[in-house]
Amino acid sequence: MSLVTARWKSIAKEAVERAAIMARFLCLLHVTDAYLFSSTLVYGPSMFPTLNLAGDVLIVERVSHRRGKVGPGDVVLVKSPVDPRKTITKRIIGVGGDWVTFPVGPGNGDRSRSVMGCLGEAMIRGHCHLFLRVPKGHVWIQGDNMYASTDSRNFGPVPYGLILGKVFCRVWPPEGFGSISH
Amino acid sequence: MSARSSLWNTAKKCVTIGLIGVTVKDRYVSIAAVRGGSMSPSLNPVTDEVSGSRVSTFDDYVLVEKFCLGRYRFSHGDVVIFTSPTNHKERHIKRIIGLPGDWVGISHIDDVMRVPEGHCWVEGDNLLSSLDSRSLGPIPLGLIRGRVTHVVWPPSRIGRVKREIRQPTVPSY
Repeated sequence: MSLVTARWKSIAKEAVERAAIMARFLCLLHVTDAYLFSSTLVYGPSMFPTLNLAGDVLIVERVSHRRGKVGPGDVVLVKSPVDPRKTITKRIIGVGGDWVTFPVGPGNGDRSRSVMGCLGEAMIRGHCHLFLRVPKGHVWIQGDNMYASTDSRNFGPVPYGLILGKVFCRVWPPEGFGSISH
Repeated sequence: MSARSSLWNTAKKCVTIGLIGVTVKDRYVSIAAVRGGSMSPSLNPVTDEVSGSRVSTFDDYVLVEKFCLGRYRFSHGDVVIFTSPTNHKERHIKRIIGLPGDWVGISHIDDVMRVPEGHCWVEGDNLLSSLDSRSLGPIPLGLIRGRVTHVVWPPSRIGRVKREIRQPTVPSY
């Protein structure tokens, strides 16, 4: 009888030890993922031709946005201001204090007109352009494919706190391996 | 040799504890200090309205749960902690007054506005001294970092933070 209990005890002890190792491993994984780098799959037309329509696997580094080191030209992962469960990949066009200008199309500009800092409109080559100053602590993000992208032209400047990471390089597909150039 | 190995063991333990601590803080619960009286009387209650002085000289420390971040489901009256939209290094604690689709009133210009999709309207409990959606505008839900559930320090103030449903300040017509 005591032999059986001893055996069960040792099995239980081993299970607890295994679980502890597993928990430590998961914690390490979380910290690496949240504070150093992680891989992510992105797809959609908004960043074409920089990123493919069918999907790319990117390595995202999570260091520079915490240190405030992202600036115009960087491709970043941003929590969508419209739906917090979604993440979007866009390029930063301007940071707080910069001036941005973009042509007004159907469906955009309405919100941008109403947000703080919109300075005016002008006709350039027959198109109505909006000029505005990005408010402090915000960034202006746009997709590289301006015809099929929902970005700051629709929802206005986004707070810096929504940035989740900066795209470091592309690992898949293999022929596109390397850094994402400006 | 043994000194070296014990040092190594200590270092290993510290790293493990650090990893577990950071994971728990990010995914489950964390503790935050409350600064300022913008959430009085729920947090850091102000006793003397004129000078703004408080009974306790210590700031309240609150328990912040992060489970709500999985699906971003919030209710009216929840007290939340969020990153300031103007400075990403600052955190603010305020109460949710309006959720997407609600109408809220903006008292200083006597206007109503609809809270946009994916945003919320936050206000402090102490409307006289609070920097909130009345000046910042609607806050994206993605900036929310957790929900404040309990006061854990000082001991005299330990208790739940109640969910209070306050009618948004819609001006009467």
